[in-house]
Amino acid sequence: MKSLIKEFTKGIIKENPTFVLVLGLCPTLAVSVSVINGIGMGIAATFVLIGSSVIVSLVKGFIPDKIRIPCFIVIIATFVTITELCLKAYSPALNRALGIYVPLIVVNCIVLARAEAFACKNNLVSSFLDGLGMGVGFTLALVLISGIREFLGAGQILGYTLIKGFEPVFVFGMPSGALLVIGLLLGFINLLKNRER
Amino acid sequence: MSIQEFLSIFISSVFIYNVILSRFLGLCPFVAISKNTKQALAMSGAVTFVIIASSIVTWLIYQFLLLPFNLAYLRTLSFVLVIATLVQLIEMVIRKTSPALYRAFGIYLTLITTNCAVLGAAVLNVDMFFSNGKAVAGSFYYSVFQGACMGLGYTLAMLLMSGIRERLELCNVSKAVKDFPLAFIIASVLSLSFMGFSGFSR
Repeated sequence: MKSLIKEFTKGIIKENPTFVLVLGLCPTLAVSVSVINGIGMGIAATFVLIGSSVIVSLVKGFIPDKIRIPCFIVIIATFVTITELCLKAYSPALNRALGIYVPLIVVNCIVLARAEAFACKNNLVSSFLDGLGMGVGFTLALVLISGIREFLGAGQILGYTLIKGFEPVFVFGMPSGALLVIGLLLGFINLLKNRER
Repeated sequence: MSIQEFLSIFISSVFIYNVILSRFLGLCPFVAISKNTKQALAMSGAVTFVIIASSIVTWLIYQFLLLPFNLAYLRTLSFVLVIATLVQLIEMVIRKTSPALYRAFGIYLTLITTNCAVLGAAVLNVDMFFSNGKAVAGSFYYSVFQGACMGLGYTLAMLLMSGIRERLELCNVSKAVKDFPLAFIIASVLSLSFMGFSGFSR
């Protein structure tokens, strides 16, 4: 039981996909303009992560080792297509905001990395928890980045103005602000890591 | 189909919506392989080549396979598989026909399979040059041209970045921001300067 909890919690801080493993940055930077987009992207990626981890761990015995990567890609692409169709049907506004980054979840390194490094070696329950943990870690990272960017770039969080009279710094809503925020955050994390040692 | 259209595609995909600096596609190789100009050039050459080839192939598949059979929702799945196969095929062909080129591209070709710039270009082409399930006039040429321009934009960003990072190797930077964080901060400044191009297109 204890090890199962560990499978879940390791993705949140110790092996956070964005800040520690530095994987899957493209969607992170592109959609983090507002918190709501960040949450949407996080949930979509979490769904794909859980689905593909579970299926990969179920069929791992049937896949010949040589063609495992193409098989993983097909499984992942199936879940991405499901997500895409659901988003289109139930939340067209979010789908428009996320744009081409929804189909691009398929080449998000986190998903393939978890399938290859974890799900194809472990059983159903721990793969599910690993996928869930990684997804939650990814979502939290997205919320953090998009929170900083939305607050500085638009002066709001989730559409609510926090400080009256705060003049937004326009550049944080632009691509260059995203790169700056992630660069500084990664530097800050390195600083903390160096201090621990 | 007119020269203005091509010009507008060129400016918007090389400068305004630069693949790396504005669309954030293909960031991993951008940060990982931009430490030296020679490697950066080899990587961007390989990426450009694959983007052009995949623009051609995915356009044909979308037009003649997915649309007639009402399978447009299988877009992501089929494109990913086709791109992966295509990269393998190109690798085999290059290894047989031109060992020198193969040595230059080397492992970068295999890495491209999961490069989001390639799939992103294919998806963007389909989004932009098909409307209501039909190809717009000259759609094929636009797609291939846009693919080539995205590759060019990729090369431009890689070259700028690797030039700067080669010089930074000699500087004494704080341990905390070394490598990844610094690369992102530089990219942010580069992207800021590319913002100056917005407004050139409609």
